[in-house]
Amino acid sequence: MTRFFKDLYHMRRGAWEMVASIIIAVGVVMLMQPYLFWAYTWSFLVTLVGTVMFIIVSHFPK
Amino acid sequence: MKVSPLEKAAEATPQKLGRSIRGLSDRAIAWIFVTPTILLLLAINIFPLIWTIRLSFTNYRANRPNADIKFIGLRNYERILTDSDIWQTMQATAHFLFWTLLLQVVIGFALAWLINRKFKGTGLWTTIIVLPMMLSPAVVGNFWTFLYQPQIGLFNYLISFLTTIDPSSFTMIGEVSLAPWAIVIVDTWMWTPFVMLICLAGLRSIPDYIYEAAECDRASSWRQFWTITIPMVLPFLMLAVLFRGIENFKMFDLVVLLTGGGPGSTTELTSINLKREAFEKWRTGYASAYAVILFVTIFGLASIYVKALNKVKDR
Repeated sequence: MTRFFKDLYHMRRGAWEMVASIIIAVGVVMLMQPYLFWAYTWSFLVTLVGTVMFIIVSHFPK
Repeated sequence: MKVSPLEKAAEATPQKLGRSIRGLSDRAIAWIFVTPTILLLLAINIFPLIWTIRLSFTNYRANRPNADIKFIGLRNYERILTDSDIWQTMQATAHFLFWTLLLQVVIGFALAWLINRKFKGTGLWTTIIVLPMMLSPAVVGNFWTFLYQPQIGLFNYLISFLTTIDPSSFTMIGEVSLAPWAIVIVDTWMWTPFVMLICLAGLRSIPDYIYEAAECDRASSWRQFWTITIPMVLPFLMLAVLFRGIENFKMFDLVVLLTGGGPGSTTELTSINLKREAFEKWRTGYASAYAVILFVTIFGLASIYVKALNKVKDR
């Protein structure tokens, strides 16, 4: 866990890709879940942020 | 002396052109070959994508080409993301995606596992199993509509035979609770062979000596399955899920022919809904925003997935 935060601090690709992946996954779940309408409303923004972040962080050093 | 085709081509090339080509670097020649493909990709993929994003911020309607196109900012996105009908469509798509992927992976892998155990008539059985995916979705949609008929359909009679329920007491494609399952069954029937073939390729790529070594170490069949078979087939399985996931996210033809999105809008998947908005209601700007939302979702999911796939392959 400490290593993960260290990698985040040092802008390492693996850790940041993990964060971006989690954001995308949360966005997709928000889009397709049947319980909370507000979650559906904000889902696209969350997915978009995650996707753009993924594209950017995949250029970070390993 | 025999002249090779390469030499013939060199002789046929005009001297002036030959000289100018000889003067080019390898990189330049590579660019000459790649440029037409890049231009084609730009014309048929990138340009429409950029144009769709542009249209998604307008009130453009394709059936009124002479009307003024107004820039309306994020209003289309706001409308879509506050529309409870589209929310329901997303849920229908999620149900379809989840169950088709789960069933196809489980049944496909089980079939591949069985076919991989060499027995008499393996080839024949493989051909028979693979037949459904060779059929056109139009044909499959139409004949499953007949199979699901409550009066004459074989499916209802089979269920009746197994459960003693009256065959005409239920309609698979006419009831709100059954229609989502009807499309899941048909898609699973049609595309499980595809997953099976990919799994079979994975199973056949495992060298026998690994199992032999495991047997020398007295590993049980169960242990061999979990520590050799599954990890080595996993990249193939993930690839199958990626292909089927993307395909099913944009599933259109099969469902339109089976249920037409009904009853009500129970089986109206996102692609069907999108088509209605774009080409029945002619709300092109709105439909463009809808398409952008779906594109970002699929792109995001595919990114995660490709990353996971590479990780599994590296392992």
